[in-house]
Amino acid sequence: MKVSFPHMGHLYIPLKTLFKGLKLEVIAPPPISQKTMELGVKYSPEFACLPLKINMGNFIEALEQGADTIVMAGGWGPCRFGYYAQVEREILQELGYDFQMVVLEAPDSRISELLLQLKALGEKVSVREAYQAIRFAWKKLIAIEKLEKKLEYCLPRAIDKNRLESIFERALQAIDEAESQQEVEKIAQESLREMEKSPFKSAEVLKIGLVGEIYTILEPASNCYAARCLGRLDAHVSRSIYVSDWVNDHLFGGYLRKSNHKQIMQSSRPYLNHEVGGHGQETVGSTVDFARRDYNGIIQIAPLTCMPEIVAQSILGRVSEELEIPCMTLYFDEHSGAAGVYTRLEAFVDMLQRKRALPSNSQLMEARA
Amino acid sequence: MNLYLGVDIGSVSSNFILLDQNGRLYRKLYLRTLGNPVKALKDGYASISDGLDKQHGKIRAVGSTGSGRHLAAVLLGADVVKNEITAHAVAASHLFPGAKTIIEIGGQDSKIIILRNNIVHDFAMNTVCAAGTGSFLDQQSARLNIPIQEFGDYAVKSGHPVRIAGRCGVFAESDMIHKQQMGFPVEDIIMGLCEALVRNYLNNVGKGKKIEEPVVFQGGVAANRGLAKAFEKILGLKINVPAHYEVMGAIGAAILAREQMELSHSPTRFRGDNFVLEGNFTSNSHECSGCPNLCEVVCIKRDNEVLAYWGDRCKKWESSIKQPRDRLKVV
Repeated sequence: MKVSFPHMGHLYIPLKTLFKGLKLEVIAPPPISQKTMELGVKYSPEFACLPLKINMGNFIEALEQGADTIVMAGGWGPCRFGYYAQVEREILQELGYDFQMVVLEAPDSRISELLLQLKALGEKVSVREAYQAIRFAWKKLIAIEKLEKKLEYCLPRAIDKNRLESIFERALQAIDEAESQQEVEKIAQESLREMEKSPFKSAEVLKIGLVGEIYTILEPASNCYAARCLGRLDAHVSRSIYVSDWVNDHLFGGYLRKSNHKQIMQSSRPYLNHEVGGHGQETVGSTVDFARRDYNGIIQIAPLTCMPEIVAQSILGRVSEELEIPCMTLYFDEHSGAAGVYTRLEAFVDMLQRKRALPSNSQLMEARA
Repeated sequence: MNLYLGVDIGSVSSNFILLDQNGRLYRKLYLRTLGNPVKALKDGYASISDGLDKQHGKIRAVGSTGSGRHLAAVLLGADVVKNEITAHAVAASHLFPGAKTIIEIGGQDSKIIILRNNIVHDFAMNTVCAAGTGSFLDQQSARLNIPIQEFGDYAVKSGHPVRIAGRCGVFAESDMIHKQQMGFPVEDIIMGLCEALVRNYLNNVGKGKKIEEPVVFQGGVAANRGLAKAFEKILGLKINVPAHYEVMGAIGAAILAREQMELSHSPTRFRGDNFVLEGNFTSNSHECSGCPNLCEVVCIKRDNEVLAYWGDRCKKWESSIKQPRDRLKVV
């Protein structure tokens, strides 16, 4: 059995580790490139959202490289995502690929269901070995996210941004290759220290919250690398969701660690009191949360036609006005020109900088008026 | 005489202006880019700088904006490279202190900028559709065989604009053809189109934004008096069109360049006449095979000297050239 899976940010590293731990041969899809996009767009329904199209590109490229089993997440709720694994299987079968698709359904409450699903994949391993594989993959995921957060903090402050990014990329590769938890720990510690040691500027940086649909937030290739771009524009970006949050909340039902998910959902009141599917309520809740933590601005990103985010966008206007936090929404699909995205990001950062630079001036003018 | 050059290289037009020390417009030039920004830059620069020496004018700083701003910055040596939104907002608040809303419609994009206390408070730009921008109007004027310059004059002659479906550019066109076949006068159809475009703009770009007076309407499309009239009718507000509506982006870039010079006291990065006029600029692209991203890297050369690379995600190529910018950015 040669297992593959869709890309979502750096998730491929822990996933590779997990499947190796289950004694399966892994074929990770090649990194998302223009070719991936073209393949995905060609074989996907036009009205589906960008995540499905990128998934399709990943699968086709992996199958071409010899994969015969695809592991995909399922799910429930009003967002179309829960149906994607099924649609993708049908399309790939019609294209004539011979493969097996394993859909990991999020368990309603019991963690044992997920363990059983994973165990079913790894026929050759004991429950104990399956548990260890999950543990090791989780450790890698946590280490990667520590590095990601450090990069988000350091990139806007650093003078040499290229160097910082190359430390990060090197660390990722080393973690990918690491064979033991101690090794992962060591790489993470050393890289974190190296990033902190890079010379910083003295100026205060802007803080921007990135909220919206999960895939668009987690997969840089789907958002024209917006987070890196903002970092290079000297803005400290915090995302409303990280992979580990999603794995913890949705796959493990909050079993792995304490979650602030409930609190975020609470924060969406009184602006949005109901679940609207996908991460719509989380988007509103996180925006409120970022505003309370004195962030300078919010950028909402989502794939074009994403219903939950459209609902959230219509509510963000009121949140923005009442909590006095600027919000901008960007939708992405395969037509998104990177240049147009950068123009908007640059303009947004400019706006926040000018706003921050001139508060005394504007108060003066208000007093005069 | 100290002059500041502002350059706005857009999809449809390339605009050049010279601003004097007091912020007054000294010269302006509006050219069609015609798909060749390098040529537009050379021609535009040659004509805007023509005879400056005799008048003792000297360019002290350069600002660039528009989708071709990076190219302009490389060819001319710009002190400020700014996005269109900031540039337009700066120009409008300079010429109309206290303006609260800017409607800007250009060749391929349209934006709304909300100003409060002369700084940008909120903005939006068209996302996935370019219906209602200059390119679409150009196309329709060609189809109706009416020069684009006269398009607005036809529109304001209309007594009873017809209703055109403006949800989508393609459907608007078929609706216009339908109305023509039914025998409606061309003025009424053109005015109907203007109103449809305004509705489209307000629904797509202006949605959720509070449009308050004073409203400034700028960008190349503001030349169309029919559109200004349609905005007034639908919004019920007075629309101000600045005298230099078509070069506002370039004015903003020049103002920012002047600001930058006054703040930094560093020498300008402007490369002078000979650099841009006598050089032979070429660009080529190649697919970088350094990693699986396979970035399309563009290289800009002057004769045999490489001026800039862009398009690489890892900045390996971009940073291989020492930019003076890096030196200045260090705080």
